[in-house]
Amino acid sequence: MDQINPELESINSLQITTKINNEKALKKMPSRTAQIRLMSSHEEVYEPCDDSFALVDALLADCNNLLKHCPTLCMEIGCGSGYVITSLALMLGQEGLAVNYIATDINPLAIRVTRETMDAHGVDAELIITDIASGLEKRLAGSVDVIVVNPPYVPTPEDEVGVGGITASWAGGENGRSVIDRILPVADRLLSEKGWLYMVTLIANNPSEICLYMREKGYASRIVIQRSTEEESLHIIKFWRDLDIEGDNEKASADKSAPGRLMEYVLTQLPPFTFWRCSDRDNK
Amino acid sequence: MRLLTHNMLSSNIKGVTNGFPLRIEAEKVVEKTVEMNADFLKKMFEKIQWKAFIDASRAMGYTELPEEVDPTTLESDEFLSKFHHALLELHLEEGALVCPETGRRFPVNKGIPNMLLHEDEV
Ligand SMILES: C[S@@+](CC[C@H](N)C(=O)[O-])C[C@H]1O[C@@H](n2cnc3c(N)ncnc32)[C@H](O)[C@@H]1O
Repeated sequence: MDQINPELESINSLQITTKINNEKALKKMPSRTAQIRLMSSHEEVYEPCDDSFALVDALLADCNNLLKHCPTLCMEIGCGSGYVITSLALMLGQEGLAVNYIATDINPLAIRVTRETMDAHGVDAELIITDIASGLEKRLAGSVDVIVVNPPYVPTPEDEVGVGGITASWAGGENGRSVIDRILPVADRLLSEKGWLYMVTLIANNPSEICLYMREKGYASRIVIQRSTEEESLHIIKFWRDLDIEGDNEKASADKSAPGRLMEYVLTQLPPFTFWRCSDRDNK
Repeated sequence: MRLLTHNMLSSNIKGVTNGFPLRIEAEKVVEKTVEMNADFLKKMFEKIQWKAFIDASRAMGYTELPEEVDPTTLESDEFLSKFHHALLELHLEEGALVCPETGRRFPVNKGIPNMLLHEDEV
């Protein structure tokens, strides 16, 4: 019982040295993600979880592209604890306010927690309590360069959607698509010409159908991160406008017989679950 | 809430056709200094609806902005620093945003506007 397992001991000392190295690294380089110990929380607000981490990891994986992208306006829909928007602000920086951040949530407590989390990290965003981006859609149309969303995606009975509080953080209705399907057209409206959307989806949400929907609106897509946990299989998908696709869609609508053909073309060229990666052009 | 955000917000009540700009009722305004970035300001200038912006800045107690502007105004450093101040440094901390068509008040508490609608408004 008292015997020390030598393997365990070596693992422990290993952990200690990595910790020291991390601390050194932290001092040298400001952290690029929100730190859990600085996060504010509330029992009615979604705590950062695997999906939140996967989304931030996707942003980190795409960080160089994001920096080159020089976004002016970035937005998070459904910011919860503020983990994601805080990380994005840390990644892209805020010096001299070259970037303005906006975050919305339908849960007033989430907005309060986001404010506290951002303050603790010395970054800030314009926060608005609203349903998706209601009130912003008209004047902000075509102006947002980056939108990030970790939506309520869990399949639930439809009547659990929109009841508010913590339930709103996961309840997604049929196939978990109720809120997602309302977000997609709003994102399309808000995104600028060069705009990018990063969204968390679950296999049950039928991500390939989501990509086809966005494709009809002229967007290419790719999976930035695919991650399976014990409970769920997550994809973080990135969408961006692709002029070639828009051209195809226009041709298709000009030629009455074409829509069917176009769909067929998309499906044969880009079978579900592989086509996102095929469209990895321009390093996006 | 900054005036930049105010300039991007409209009344979202169902049936309202002219929901912009929301009238500001200011109870408490705070100023927070931030570093100026001319490129950012120039990009934002194109998006700002100027009349709504000067009215909003007056409602916040700031009267230094010129009535008339055109793109050449941006070449003046003096103008840029005033624009910067009104756009990014003035915050509506407590007050309300009022729908120009219906008079419905959207409260602003601790700098956060609440645009949630009642059931009969969606
Ligand atoms: C899965 S949580 C994600 C929270 C946070 N972004 C994260 O990644 O940890 C979803 C968030 O969306 C918010 N939400 C749900 N429905 C919404 C709606 N219609 N409009 C705005 N936010 C909504 C919830 O309140 C919750 O904070």
